[in-house]
Amino acid sequence: MPLNGTPVRRPAKTGLLAATYLPSILKGMWITLRHIFRRKVTMQYPEETWRLPDNYRGLPALVRDDEGRVKCVACFLCEYVCPPKAIAIQAQEITTGVEKGPRAFDINMLRCIMCGYCEEVCPEQAIFLTRESTTVGLSRAEMIFDKEKLLQMGGTRPDPIKKWARLTQGTPATGVPSVAAGRGGAS
Amino acid sequence: MSGSAGAATPQVREAEEAQGLDQWVMTTRLADYVAWGRKNSLWPMPMGLACCAIELMAMVAPRYDVARFGAEALRFSPRQADLMIVAGTVTKKMAPAVKRIFDQMPEPKWVIAMGACASSGGMFRSYSVTQGVDEVIPVDVYIPGCPPRPEALIEGIMKVQDLLARRAREDRGLAPAAPRTAGTGG
Repeated sequence: MPLNGTPVRRPAKTGLLAATYLPSILKGMWITLRHIFRRKVTMQYPEETWRLPDNYRGLPALVRDDEGRVKCVACFLCEYVCPPKAIAIQAQEITTGVEKGPRAFDINMLRCIMCGYCEEVCPEQAIFLTRESTTVGLSRAEMIFDKEKLLQMGGTRPDPIKKWARLTQGTPATGVPSVAAGRGGAS
Repeated sequence: MSGSAGAATPQVREAEEAQGLDQWVMTTRLADYVAWGRKNSLWPMPMGLACCAIELMAMVAPRYDVARFGAEALRFSPRQADLMIVAGTVTKKMAPAVKRIFDQMPEPKWVIAMGACASSGGMFRSYSVTQGVDEVIPVDVYIPGCPPRPEALIEGIMKVQDLLARRAREDRGLAPAAPRTAGTGG
């Protein structure tokens, strides 16, 4: 039984020249040849690098404030929110007596998917995604970055709020309610 | 090959000629020579299992052009490959196939675990996913990222090249090669 619809149009029978494939081969080679004279698109990677956008999400890192203090207060929010559970924090009381800080802060970079949730959730702006994206490792242990390494990667970010100065000296900053005042108001 | 062709004042040229044969002949050890050959003709087996394979393809494409490192001949037959790039989530169902393909590759062979999933399971902490392809096959280089940039993969391949040259010397009890300086050839 013939199928319904119009019959398929077949191309006209190829000539003797086309049957030798030469026109097609020459046409293809002409296209290849033309590419030699085109603008080169190859980026010579190790010497030349792509300019990553400013908001590029690379490996996460911890930062210090402009007085060299570790900004992280070990609140565990990043550890909690991290989808692949790449972050492992151990808290400790810190000697300045104002808050707690991380004793250990390990990020397993092989687990990390650079989603940026940690940066987004951090109430202290202590963790940021760097633009570092070409780190490779020879072992799993090597790719678990500890606190020192993360702080070294993150560097310093100035903190306009000066929370530490306020808490250590006990003088409320203008315009921002102190911790004591905040507690009083809540009770 | 001299790196100072641009600044060939007569004094420099005389000094170069005084070096004699070293100017024209390069000596090496067989181990280094073989390693040099292997290094610059890595044939990857693209074990593309998920989205990382897209970045793997980008690395082979003209912009990043891994042909500059001699690794553009992606072999879809393990018999012809010596570098397995595991790009993607290795499920427990796929793991036996990965293992088998790795076993079919001839020695010497290397493995790159590309991306979070292949390196450690990534965000798939699941009953159905191996927590890193190194549960199944030995991995030489781990690349973080989800997915890693093509540059990171090129870094990984360069790391494999270094590893390869180093191991070639270690296997023969030789000291590690001196760091490469400009103008001493490849």
